[in-house]
Amino acid sequence: MSWPARIFFIALSLAGLFWFHTSRQHRPTRIEEATKNKTLILGNGSEPETLDLHLATGQPEHHIFSSLFEGLVAPLPDNPDANGPGAAASWEHSPDFVTWTFHLQPNGKWSDGTPVTAADFAYSYERELTPALAADYAAMLHPLLNAEAFNKGEITDFSKVGVRVIDDHTLQLTLKGPTPFLPSMLKHYSWFPVPRHAIERFGKMTDRDTKWTRPGNMVCNGPFQHKEWRFTHSITVERNPHYWDAAAVKVNQIVFLPIQNTGTEDRAFNDGQIHATNTVPLDKTPVYRDTRPAEYHEDPLLSVYFYRCNVTKKPFDDKRVRKALALAIDRESLIKNVLRAGQKPALGFTPPGCGEGYSTPSVLKFDPVEARRLLAEAGFPDGKGFPKFDILINTMESHRTIAEAIMAMWQQHLKLPVTVLNQDWSVYLKSQRDLEFTVCRAGWVGDYLDPFTFLSIWQKGDGNNNTGWHRPRYDELMAQSCLEADPVKRMAMLREAEELLLDELPILPIYWYVHSYMLKPSVKNWLPSLLEHRCYKAVDLVPTP
Amino acid sequence: MLRFIFSRIIQGIVVVFAVIVITFMLLKLSPGGPFNKEREMQPHTREMLNAYYGLDKPWPVQLWRHIKGYATFNFPESLKMPGRGVDEIIAQGFPVSAAIGIPALLIALALGIPLGAIAALKPNSLEDRTSMVLATAGLCMPSLVLGPLIAMLFGMKLRWFNVSGWYDSTDWVMPAMTLGIIYSAYIARLTRGGLRETLAQEFIRTARAKGASEKAVVFRHAFKLACLPVLNFLGPAAAGLLTGSLVTETVFQIPGLGQHFISAAVNRDDNLAMATAAFYAALIVGFNLLVDIIQAALNPKIGFKS
Repeated sequence: MSWPARIFFIALSLAGLFWFHTSRQHRPTRIEEATKNKTLILGNGSEPETLDLHLATGQPEHHIFSSLFEGLVAPLPDNPDANGPGAAASWEHSPDFVTWTFHLQPNGKWSDGTPVTAADFAYSYERELTPALAADYAAMLHPLLNAEAFNKGEITDFSKVGVRVIDDHTLQLTLKGPTPFLPSMLKHYSWFPVPRHAIERFGKMTDRDTKWTRPGNMVCNGPFQHKEWRFTHSITVERNPHYWDAAAVKVNQIVFLPIQNTGTEDRAFNDGQIHATNTVPLDKTPVYRDTRPAEYHEDPLLSVYFYRCNVTKKPFDDKRVRKALALAIDRESLIKNVLRAGQKPALGFTPPGCGEGYSTPSVLKFDPVEARRLLAEAGFPDGKGFPKFDILINTMESHRTIAEAIMAMWQQHLKLPVTVLNQDWSVYLKSQRDLEFTVCRAGWVGDYLDPFTFLSIWQKGDGNNNTGWHRPRYDELMAQSCLEADPVKRMAMLREAEELLLDELPILPIYWYVHSYMLKPSVKNWLPSLLEHRCYKAVDLVPTP
Repeated sequence: MLRFIFSRIIQGIVVVFAVIVITFMLLKLSPGGPFNKEREMQPHTREMLNAYYGLDKPWPVQLWRHIKGYATFNFPESLKMPGRGVDEIIAQGFPVSAAIGIPALLIALALGIPLGAIAALKPNSLEDRTSMVLATAGLCMPSLVLGPLIAMLFGMKLRWFNVSGWYDSTDWVMPAMTLGIIYSAYIARLTRGGLRETLAQEFIRTARAKGASEKAVVFRHAFKLACLPVLNFLGPAAAGLLTGSLVTETVFQIPGLGQHFISAAVNRDDNLAMATAAFYAALIVGFNLLVDIIQAALNPKIGFKS
């Protein structure tokens, strides 16, 4: 190539690069366009395993279901944790909170225009409770009379279960005991209706592997309907024209992106690809809290992080030892220096706001002197003679950081020979279930606004107890609370149970979660919720200058 | 040659089924199970699920069901994603991973071969040192670091490409660049080694003595032979690139196949884990066969020996 040709070639390449650079620099971001078209784009954690209401168990599914389906009771637009009309326009209950009658929306329709009837709800509950479907969340329906027996196959006649269709628009639920918190429970997706006509077009009632949840096949009753499912890419929902309150729906579409990596999600948000993130990388939370208050949000959640103790192992069978461990954890310092996302120190087990009229006993504090005294009393002055033990965690950086901090506190204040042991997720779960651990990390998320969702698991024989701990008095209080119709007395029983739990401490509560996320100011009416209930129909998009 | 290919295909099928059996055994021997969750499942529900997916049957029966399923192209369903066959999951992810893997392979070759050749032709010069330092840096750089760096520079700073997602026609560029740069480092080192060794051989001296130009010596005589180590590496490398990489897929939010290799095993979606292992084995077998054929064509000494 001659020199002039070379120079011409280089100049041409540079010009091309310059053109490319300027044209790319000035292209609008994805959310600028999306906001104009009223399309909300959200980071949603991981890919949903399924969109079958009865087979799902995860948080990503929960977010998507809030847009596609609606239970009898729905989140109120101005307070998602309050109970507003959903598929039911109104309801009443017997004075003892046992019999509940729901009056469905007169113009409630599925997204294909078929009316939503009381029979649809009865069918849904029957499907979820039928043993052959093996629905994981079926236990949520167990407060219904005889539901548990039907679910376990002890009775096979569904008409014995406390679900009665009075007419097309009236549904009566009979419970096995007083359940004042039923409306909050009904907002959980396990109580949402599924469309019989759509499910049975693709298979039997109890088929797990049919294609009824695919776009085009799926029929829903929520403010949105399923438009597109690109596996591991995105799920798009669009307005449901047949929704009873369609006029209230503000945005045209919602796109849910399964972005698992928090760093990737953070970059996507900063690049204008998504309106809201599902979470914030741990190291960014303090920075964003200070520098981007308009976008950074921190909402309390109904969720607790704690350690289980295996009380069948010596010396953890001694409550003084467990108490010493609990008192030697400096929760404030852990949150301030390690977690740094505004979590709240767990002074009890049940997170605050868990049910009207309930206050969590505030028992736990940081008191190394008392901890040392208790440990000495238990026969281990200055940790002498204490057997070596591990804190079991599932392999994840954040759990390790917390475990190491707590390990250091126990070493420093109690001189205990403690180390951290990590296992892969499924192995860790097995160790926990088989009580093959000494201390292990755990978390619990509430399903509805009532302390029962946190306290019931510590009863004898509960599948989630996994500590070996049980007390007859505790079980008695929990059983009594299920029969008590007076809400005040009921809360007093639950409180007594929690006080007993916190006195015995088979678990060491550490912190109450907050949900940290980034949200563009163009998203309006996005409100905090303890249960992460979202009232998508109220959410609006307004371009910001 | 046909006989050679045929026997290799038969061997390959045996290998793939052996991989299925081994993966099955490993999964069964590892602790935990597909239905373990943080929130404990009720015992009767677990029993039902085991019965539904045939996990209550003895191992040999389960294994036979799998082998029969694969042999008749009647693939099992994912255990964790009800309603999705493992074949559907692979068919969905593979084209995306291939759309990144093929350009990544081309980038790796386009960068690696010239870099290695320059280094080999001027041994111990500044060019040699520079290109080998670059190659070593590339080898040391994990995609977990390089990916976000590329995303920050070309995505956030220059705004040439979207930092993540799989929407636009340019979304393959950054992930392909990440993978390509890393693989180019291997290729550069292999090219340099191969070419230097070849240039020192007798027949090159003969070619030079006959008065062939340096260009002809390098490109016509030396290169063919120097490519052999690179070619050997390319078989497994191509299979690896085409099936995607967990890291680039999570860093750039790509709906590819790579993520399933890890998540299926970690989440104990045994059916999917076996399917991905079998698919990967089949690709490796295929590419190795292809490499053998090309090698035989380049170097008659190797020939078709089965």
